[in-house]
Amino acid sequence: MESLLRIIALTRKELLAVLKDNRARNALLLPPILQCLLFGYAATYDLNHVPYAVLDRSHSTESQQLLSRFDGTGLFERVASLRTQREVSDYVDDRRALLAIEIPDDFGRRLEAGGRADVQIIADGRNSNTAGTALGYAQSVVEGFNVDWRADHGQPGPPVTVEARAWYNPNLMTRWSMIPGLIGTLTMIQTLMLTAMSVAREREQGTFDQLLVTPFRPAEIMAGKALPSMLVGIIQATGVLLVAQLWFRIPFQGSFLTLYAGLVLFVLAAVGVGLVVSALCYTMQQAMLFSFILIMPFALLSGLTTPISNMPQSLQYFTFVNPLRYAIDIAQRVYLEGAGPGVLMPDLWPLAAMAAVTLTAASWMFKHRLQ
Amino acid sequence: MTPPVVIGKDLRKTFRARGNGGEVRALDGVSIEVRPGELTALVGPDGAGKTTLIRLMAGLLAADGGTLRVLDIDPAVEPQRVQDRIGYMPQRFGLYEDLSVQENLDLYADLHGVTAAERSQRYPQLMQMTDLGRFTGRLAGRLSGGMKQKLGLACTLVRSPELLLLDEPTVGVDPLSRRELWVIVQHLVREQGLTVLTSTSYLDEAEKAARVLVLHAGKALAQSEPAGVTRVAAGRSLALDPGSGNNARNLQARLLDDPEVIDAVPDGGLVRVVRAGDASAGPARNSIAGLTALPVEPRFEDGFMVLLRGTAAHEAGVDIRLQRPLPAAEAGPVVQVRDLIKRFGDFTAVNDVSFEVRRGEIFGLLGPNGAGKTTTFRMLCGLLPPSGGTLKVAGVDVRSAGAAARARLGYVAQKFSLYGSLTVGENLEFFASAYGLRGGIRRQRIDWAIRQFDLEQHEHTASGELPGGFKQRLAMGAALLHEPHILFLDEPTSGADPLARRAFWRRITALAEQGVTVIVTTHFMQEAEYCDHIAIMDGGRVLAQGSPAEIRRLAHPAEGRQASMEDAFIAVVEAARARAGS
Repeated sequence: MESLLRIIALTRKELLAVLKDNRARNALLLPPILQCLLFGYAATYDLNHVPYAVLDRSHSTESQQLLSRFDGTGLFERVASLRTQREVSDYVDDRRALLAIEIPDDFGRRLEAGGRADVQIIADGRNSNTAGTALGYAQSVVEGFNVDWRADHGQPGPPVTVEARAWYNPNLMTRWSMIPGLIGTLTMIQTLMLTAMSVAREREQGTFDQLLVTPFRPAEIMAGKALPSMLVGIIQATGVLLVAQLWFRIPFQGSFLTLYAGLVLFVLAAVGVGLVVSALCYTMQQAMLFSFILIMPFALLSGLTTPISNMPQSLQYFTFVNPLRYAIDIAQRVYLEGAGPGVLMPDLWPLAAMAAVTLTAASWMFKHRLQ
Repeated sequence: MTPPVVIGKDLRKTFRARGNGGEVRALDGVSIEVRPGELTALVGPDGAGKTTLIRLMAGLLAADGGTLRVLDIDPAVEPQRVQDRIGYMPQRFGLYEDLSVQENLDLYADLHGVTAAERSQRYPQLMQMTDLGRFTGRLAGRLSGGMKQKLGLACTLVRSPELLLLDEPTVGVDPLSRRELWVIVQHLVREQGLTVLTSTSYLDEAEKAARVLVLHAGKALAQSEPAGVTRVAAGRSLALDPGSGNNARNLQARLLDDPEVIDAVPDGGLVRVVRAGDASAGPARNSIAGLTALPVEPRFEDGFMVLLRGTAAHEAGVDIRLQRPLPAAEAGPVVQVRDLIKRFGDFTAVNDVSFEVRRGEIFGLLGPNGAGKTTTFRMLCGLLPPSGGTLKVAGVDVRSAGAAARARLGYVAQKFSLYGSLTVGENLEFFASAYGLRGGIRRQRIDWAIRQFDLEQHEHTASGELPGGFKQRLAMGAALLHEPHILFLDEPTSGADPLARRAFWRRITALAEQGVTVIVTTHFMQEAEYCDHIAIMDGGRVLAQGSPAEIRRLAHPAEGRQASMEDAFIAVVEAARARAGS
């Protein structure tokens, strides 16, 4: 009872310290929401504007038909019709065109004769992501041309056609997978830093000693430090969730109970990591540096931007001890797929284990570093 | 005669107080002259305007009114021209703690564009003067407080300034290092003819200057040679003998409430008193409070107190009754330390320290920086585990004892560690909850602390923005909320001015009278007079231990002077260092 009251007192003090300071208060709520908006608009692999140049040596009806299909998508914008090979490299080099389509002079004749014709598409590979996506789009345009050509000329259609349906994200919008992923990522950054800094700040300002000579036990101090950070983390996650639903209108499929249960476990693990950092650091500068050093690999190896299955096997092992990996999986699956706690077990138990390990380690280190 | 280096007339500077929109008159019509080749001291309590005045001269602030010429330049108009010719050492000199002594020097030499030729001539001088030659490779962060100040001074002097401005250069520096710093400064003035202006809250330092300016609340109370200040108290200084079996400390506390008394301090078993009223008004009365008083030579401090009391209201009597009287005395010592050892790696910070403190006693740990005081202190409070020996506070080892044992302790850390962003009230509320106070008692104790330490008008001020003296009061208030049986105070008066120190000791004395056991570390040797027992530490060992009178006997005072606690301290430490060196 006494113990609980002390924990409440410390929690209250921590929250007061954060909320009283205008800068600290704004730093906690605004950045996650701004970052969320920023990611929603800026971080997208979807291409909705592909400037391209054409070098049409064929000048045939067939080549016109093909090109009009490109222009008809609304996605491709023809920025130039070129005459020489040299101009092609100029346009690509200057980034005026992302793609250059080169149609050889025998294009029309060969098709007319019932044969096969080639089209060369040059892509600016300096950004492999956009080049790949643009090439994919171009390929599907050409494929459509092929199907229609065969039908118009009485030829049999291709033996197999693909009927693609993307589940959970029908238009394959990057935003739909990115924003739910941010619920975990943004929360992690702030929770970890807040926890790591709060103890370091007290060490630096000498208030930690003051705290230790009061009847507070080390475990109570830890709890009093963990609770406010967790609370702030959950509120931030809620902020991102609200932006996802109210601003970006991404439909929420799952249950809030499941999502928040996962989030609490995740924030607990993040706070545990933060407390370990704070037990190791004596100054705020060290705590800040240490947090940054951890956050980078956590974010990179989380699967948010690049699929974990693409990573080399050795790195994939590292992702198993990355709480963010599980948090992103939980958030995306609950949000988009409506996954229930049963199927999320493989994500939930590692988080619980990590929270248990980091919190135990932190409390041990607190006891033994207080020397 | 050469004209003064600094001439300031009717200087005014007002700051807007943060938060409440009020104004603080830092300087309210101060005039000053600094003569060439002389040491001038600015002396006064906290918030008197000392730092503001120095910053005006350094061209870092512009005055709101009045005229100021430094080296015949107006520093507000041409700050760079002034700064090129002066040396300025602020209170917290910007040493780079992660650079070595030599690298710090080089950095400041580079910043001031000192040529290689000048350096080769200047460095050896500085190193010899500051005695830092052996430590050139050491990181500045690893130096003791006194050595850091010496290095700061050396960095300020890398090029020869025409005027040296020092802002409280000896704050937080132990007596030995303090004396060494003053030897350096006096050497600069005498041998090199440097003009120096220094601010200080140590009165014995001000006394060594050629001229002093006594500042209080933005006004100059006096500007003269030190003897001029001393003369103000002529015929008013008396010494009282409390009589055998009586405590000088308790008599002093009583005398302070006497309206006829301006100041009273325990001194060498007697109580020195400065009487109110004009000396010329009549024949000197030779009895106060029914005790025979012997007239004594006035001291600089006496004159200073008379000047200050002329403006400051007599502080209301301190009534610091405990609401829950302590249980009857238990037999045996309250604090028992035996053969205490603390090692950090192969460095022994505390070496075989033993002492005992009885209930209701004030025990003082004195020593230079790095003597092991703070380490001993931290072990007593359970913040550090000892490497050897035993340690009992109220019968238990605080480190292994539970929350209940800690609830009997009060602790005021060095620099009065409080939560700066929380208000005074919020800080008190937090610590009250931490000590398990609840409901009506909690409210009552917080109100008590606010009244007792005059914090009413600051209750809603963020504690980080409190003036230094009030921070100390708040820290005391927070430490006393739960009426601890044992009070630990780590350098509680560091940086405090004479007035604040007197108020502090009155409270401590009153608490000890009611049975609170007090353990205190201090740099101020005169404060040892308030203690029942003191231990002098150096190099991790207790060099001497006993009552103030016993310790004072160890001094070798100069001819015809009474031995002061400071003399005793220096004699003890130097003798021990000589033994270790031989």
